[in-house]
Amino acid sequence: MIRFEDVVLRYSGAATAAVNGVSFHALRGRVTAVVGPNGSGKSTLVRALLGRIATTGGRITLDGAPLDALQRRRIAQQMAVVPQREEPVFPLDVREYVALGRHPHGGPFSGRDAADREAIARAVERAAVAEFLDRTTDALSGGEWQRVRIARALAQGGTALVLDEPTTFLDIAHEMAVFELLDSLAREGLAVLLVSHQLNLVARFADHIVLMHRGAVAAAGTPADVMRGEILERVYEWPLVISRDPAVGAPVLVPLRNRGAR
Amino acid sequence: MQARHWLLLAAAVLVAVLFGVAGGAVPLELAEVVRALFGAGDATTQAIVQNLRLPRVALGLAVGAGLAASGTALQATLRNPLAEPYLLGVSGGAAAGAVAAVTLGIASPLLLPLAAFVGAAVAVVIVLLVARAVAGHADPRVLLMAGVVVGAFCTALIMVALATAPENTVRGALWWMMGSLGDAQWRSVRWVAAYVALGIALLVIWARDVDVLALGDEAAASLGLPVERVTRRIYFAASLLAAATVAGAGLIGFVGLIVPAIARALGARNTRQTIAAAALAGAALVVLADLVARTVLRPAELPLGAVTALIGVPFFLWRLRRLR
Repeated sequence: MIRFEDVVLRYSGAATAAVNGVSFHALRGRVTAVVGPNGSGKSTLVRALLGRIATTGGRITLDGAPLDALQRRRIAQQMAVVPQREEPVFPLDVREYVALGRHPHGGPFSGRDAADREAIARAVERAAVAEFLDRTTDALSGGEWQRVRIARALAQGGTALVLDEPTTFLDIAHEMAVFELLDSLAREGLAVLLVSHQLNLVARFADHIVLMHRGAVAAAGTPADVMRGEILERVYEWPLVISRDPAVGAPVLVPLRNRGAR
Repeated sequence: MQARHWLLLAAAVLVAVLFGVAGGAVPLELAEVVRALFGAGDATTQAIVQNLRLPRVALGLAVGAGLAASGTALQATLRNPLAEPYLLGVSGGAAAGAVAAVTLGIASPLLLPLAAFVGAAVAVVIVLLVARAVAGHADPRVLLMAGVVVGAFCTALIMVALATAPENTVRGALWWMMGSLGDAQWRSVRWVAAYVALGIALLVIWARDVDVLALGDEAAASLGLPVERVTRRIYFAASLLAAATVAGAGLIGFVGLIVPAIARALGARNTRQTIAAAALAGAALVVLADLVARTVLRPAELPLGAVTALIGVPFFLWRLRRLR
């Protein structure tokens, strides 16, 4: 479980904190989604999980242990992060790329033991990337590359999976496939923490939504709690209506045109 | 990489060694060379082979392997296929150290390489400090720019020193800055070879970390790597490896740039494989380039750095084209 407790994050030289007093947790067995406008502090939370920005207040814990007190390697054994961008300069074999997920578990020369092979095989199967294994990373489409990256994260074999905008640039089918995969991974007991702009998909797949606004939590709860017109309109500063998807019954956000445009 | 590619590289090294020993001011038959290598044949040939040609070829092998391994690690760590030790302050620092030794009149055959090495080490430390002061951490882009700038500053210092130096000093310093295996003696070769072997061994041990670093800072952090510490460590090791080759043979550019690309073109993928393949290819390339330098205008000898640049620049341009 990943828990943020009154977390304050400030970039060096910045006058105001990028994240100011944020508390929520991502439990095992469910999909927790962090949503919010650009610049609301979503990705900064991910950077804090990666240790790329130090917490100036509050604390982040991973299964009860404060993140600051854990070695990065130890963290990586429990929590995998799929960052927003990643582009290998030199192409790798996909097979080898997925196996890099075992990096936190091995030494400089250790071969792949049974646990490694099992974790890799399982990751390949869950992310359905077996057909790409013999390709190189530069020979994949956007959707394939995203799945391969998730496979690498799954091979880490932790209990938490964090993804920053995993479906940007993906078409509908690939996007749905990623969300379905995350949903079933959560059902299998993983704590899935997802940063996303896809409010409508998040409303259908997430168990818990954290809506960020200017570095603070504007609303949190079930999709029904958060997907409310007055809250979202205030946060996104754009007129919108919430309707209900006639087929699946999930709340659907529809931004309106022109009215109120400044 | 397939077995036939490894065989090809091994064969290239073997061919380079045989022709490197055979070629020169006094051309030798390959059969004579092989006999002399095994301690047979006439005494003059044996002396030429064992005391002149062989140390020179051995130095070439060590320098080539070291430069290529260093370039491989730097390119992956800085995530830039055009990075090489010579762009990153190492060469400038080494040259400044050597020129300082020459102008101070302490340039004995033993002290000159040492001064070059110290100069390179100082330059690398300055680059790391600059990157830290500017970016707060070891950002690959900042490291690259800091290296270029520190290198340029060293070049300026050298020009100032040489402008006021006596003419024969200038000539000696210039010759050294153009790179040469001509001063190879077993004593110095052993030092350079030992140092290069140590440097390559460290990079091979850290190769998996380099693979992870090459994915980018955030992905590397996600895989449990202390990114800044590891970046600095590998940058430092790779730079000092290059510095050792500079101490042994002066400035030889472009080997660290083009050889890693050759290794990748042969199918090397992960860093460990690429370092091994590049070390072999680099060793062969430098020995063959030295052979060209010694024989093409015989009895005059071309600067080795000029030969590698003549090979390297067209290759560099071709790479630039492919990067677009």
